[in-house]
Amino acid sequence: MADAAIHGHEHEDNRGFFTRWFMSTNHKDIGILYLWVAGVVGFISVSFTVYMRLELMHPGVQYMCLEGARFIANAAEPCTPNGHLWNVMITYHGVLMMFFVVIPALFGGFGNYFMPLQIGAPDMAFPRMNNLSFWMFVAGVSLGVASLLTPGGNGQLGSGVGWVLYPPLSTSEGGMSMDLAIFAVHLSGASSILGAINMITTFLNMRAPGMTLHKVPLFAWSIFVTAWLILLALPVLAGAITMLLTDRNFGTTFFQPEGGGDPILYQHILWFFGHPEVYIIIVPGFGIISHVIATFSRKPIFGYLPMVYAMVAIGALGFVVWAHHMYTVGMSLTQQSYFMLATMVIAVPTGVKIFSWIATMWGGSIEFKTPMLWAFGFLFLFTVGGVTGIVLSQAGVDRAYHDTYYVVAHFHYVMSLGAVFAIFAGIYFYLPKMSGRMYPEWAGKVHFVAMFIGANLTFFPQHFLGRQGMPRRYIDYPEAFATWNLVSSIGAFLSFASFLFFIGILVYTLLRGAKVIGNNPWNEYADTLEWTLPCPPPEHTFEQLPKQSDWDKVHAH
Amino acid sequence: MAHEKNHDYHILNPSIWPLVGSGGAFAMLFGAVLWMHGSGPYLFLVGLAAVLYTMFAWWSEVVAESSAGDHTPVVRIGLRYGFIMFIMSEVMFFAAWFWSFFKHAMYPMGPMSPAVDGVWPPAGIETFDPWHLPLINTLILLCSGCAATWAHHALVHENNREDMKKGLILAIALGALFTAFQIYEYSHAAFGFSGNIYGANFFMATGFHGFHVLIGTIFLFVCLMRVYRGHFTPEKHVGFEAAAWYWHFVDVVWLFLFFAVYIWGG
Repeated sequence: MADAAIHGHEHEDNRGFFTRWFMSTNHKDIGILYLWVAGVVGFISVSFTVYMRLELMHPGVQYMCLEGARFIANAAEPCTPNGHLWNVMITYHGVLMMFFVVIPALFGGFGNYFMPLQIGAPDMAFPRMNNLSFWMFVAGVSLGVASLLTPGGNGQLGSGVGWVLYPPLSTSEGGMSMDLAIFAVHLSGASSILGAINMITTFLNMRAPGMTLHKVPLFAWSIFVTAWLILLALPVLAGAITMLLTDRNFGTTFFQPEGGGDPILYQHILWFFGHPEVYIIIVPGFGIISHVIATFSRKPIFGYLPMVYAMVAIGALGFVVWAHHMYTVGMSLTQQSYFMLATMVIAVPTGVKIFSWIATMWGGSIEFKTPMLWAFGFLFLFTVGGVTGIVLSQAGVDRAYHDTYYVVAHFHYVMSLGAVFAIFAGIYFYLPKMSGRMYPEWAGKVHFVAMFIGANLTFFPQHFLGRQGMPRRYIDYPEAFATWNLVSSIGAFLSFASFLFFIGILVYTLLRGAKVIGNNPWNEYADTLEWTLPCPPPEHTFEQLPKQSDWDKVHAH
Repeated sequence: MAHEKNHDYHILNPSIWPLVGSGGAFAMLFGAVLWMHGSGPYLFLVGLAAVLYTMFAWWSEVVAESSAGDHTPVVRIGLRYGFIMFIMSEVMFFAAWFWSFFKHAMYPMGPMSPAVDGVWPPAGIETFDPWHLPLINTLILLCSGCAATWAHHALVHENNREDMKKGLILAIALGALFTAFQIYEYSHAAFGFSGNIYGANFFMATGFHGFHVLIGTIFLFVCLMRVYRGHFTPEKHVGFEAAAWYWHFVDVVWLFLFFAVYIWGG
């Protein structure tokens, strides 16, 4: 039903470059801007990890020297370990990934571009504020990068306090770097809150005629749930870091025991935001994966309604489990028992999702296209990360695993692998729609295989290291941990190589990729409204609102 | 027909304000850091000016679009949803201050913490008597909320613009009086913002609220100016409705502050 009367002709696009990209009020353009900036920041953040893995490849400090950072080891020159540089690397890797890469890519990028299309809305509810969200995100990135390059602790550049910004480390870190980092998070939070208001309003107010809440596609639902998490969690973080700021600069003692304050309070408030944050990161991925799996299994998604309410349940439960990040701070046994129990409950709705995806594939005629491979990867890796999450949820077991590489492995399996694989699934799934060009299938598969092997090689051995007792956030380690660290580093290099290869695929596709003929390069099970539009869609979509027959398919759910 | 929109949603023209406002926010916050580290407030002030000008210009555009008829019923519903959610996010912002306050009031830190709690209010802190100025301020703010509701009723039920103006003027005047009394109270505080946990919690929570009173007063003042210019009809007055909601939200937060911080925690 993609006739021109419904969806508009591809009319002449006569906006100038500056008007189109710097003054945009168009959700598709803003979505693309989000994806590009998130990609660039992601590359910076990934480079940090490659440098960290280089340092950890062998015992002893060979690269991060006080005499100057090196990229080639030189045994002839003396090397005094530069712990501050190491701490700066882990801090900015975390801050950038958490606030400036994954949320902007999934929520800002895919959310902006495809949520309105899936519900048949002509644009977002507040198109101009949408652009404010994007530019405040850019301003936040700029403050973050400024923070990296201004005087910080230990007489060096940047802050080495960890992305959680725990006091007293964060309140005693010298220089202006820490304050800039705090403001960077403020701006990123404001940007996300405005984005969340926009998404919720669009979702509630602008669905196509006849599209009741129980008929909305799963990706749009995932963005809606994520938006609520952002709306209710981010302001609490803003409060916590504002108190950090006044502790640092105005002599308050919220987190200073010498003035009657309590550093543990910060951990509580941070994690009250921080746990919803990890669902903010992963839930949009759930939405993308649902569409990819349904499309390439040539079956409607199994259990649409349970899938929706599983996301809602995960979101709601996400607000009441925060202290499982802080079992070791000296909470009462009662508190630990509650948080342990509540945390384990989350495995139920998550299990509903995993098994519904598997049931969707069951009996389907599965096509092993690149997006489907990424979805497979997501399923496997997210399940591994989920299972280690259950292990860590036990307060007793966590005594041994807390702040070891086991935790690092766990959260990278769910976030680095889960969310990032979902992002790549989304990119390959939607690249033909957004650019009008098809990526080379073989190259996408090579990228997937390299990344899948690389990521597993990087993080699987870290479970072993954690079980052996290797603590996280250290620049060096004893000889006993050498083998698995070497394997882990080789995996990281392989993953990085696959990332570089992906950049090549992207450039090739955008410049030389085969033009997509028709509206839907996949099959009739990609049946949401974005597939009724040309590739790429015209500037304005759904100028005539879609009819129910355009999207309400018998086989839909 | 394919080239024109056939729906009631608001499709906006490109706008420079998001870029200018974000640039301003960057300059303001970077400038604030420089200022806190002793380099003078200049960049901060430049950024602040850019942010304030953006707000003025942007919302002027919104008002102009409303006058031009872009705000159809469905767009007005969206604007209301958006504003309600903005207030919800503000509530969660206050949750952080209340969290800190209740934690410290219920489990005060002492030399033997956490085995034995300290005392609240901390030793040597002389708190305000809630039944003097704070009670008067509570009544002032509640009366101001009533006046705003009077203005609302005058518009919606009677379309009586004179009563609406009176109600708004009263609400604004009482709001300003509240701020003045709050400043008076602050200047007579026996504790400071820094160096003690009571003052930190007290000034952060009530100060953040006071800032919201200021914003709400300005918001109501803008509505008053718009009434004088003939804006708002009984059916179409989203801007005023938002200001009234915001004002009631500020009221309710104050009630929590009054009962929790002044009476219970004092």
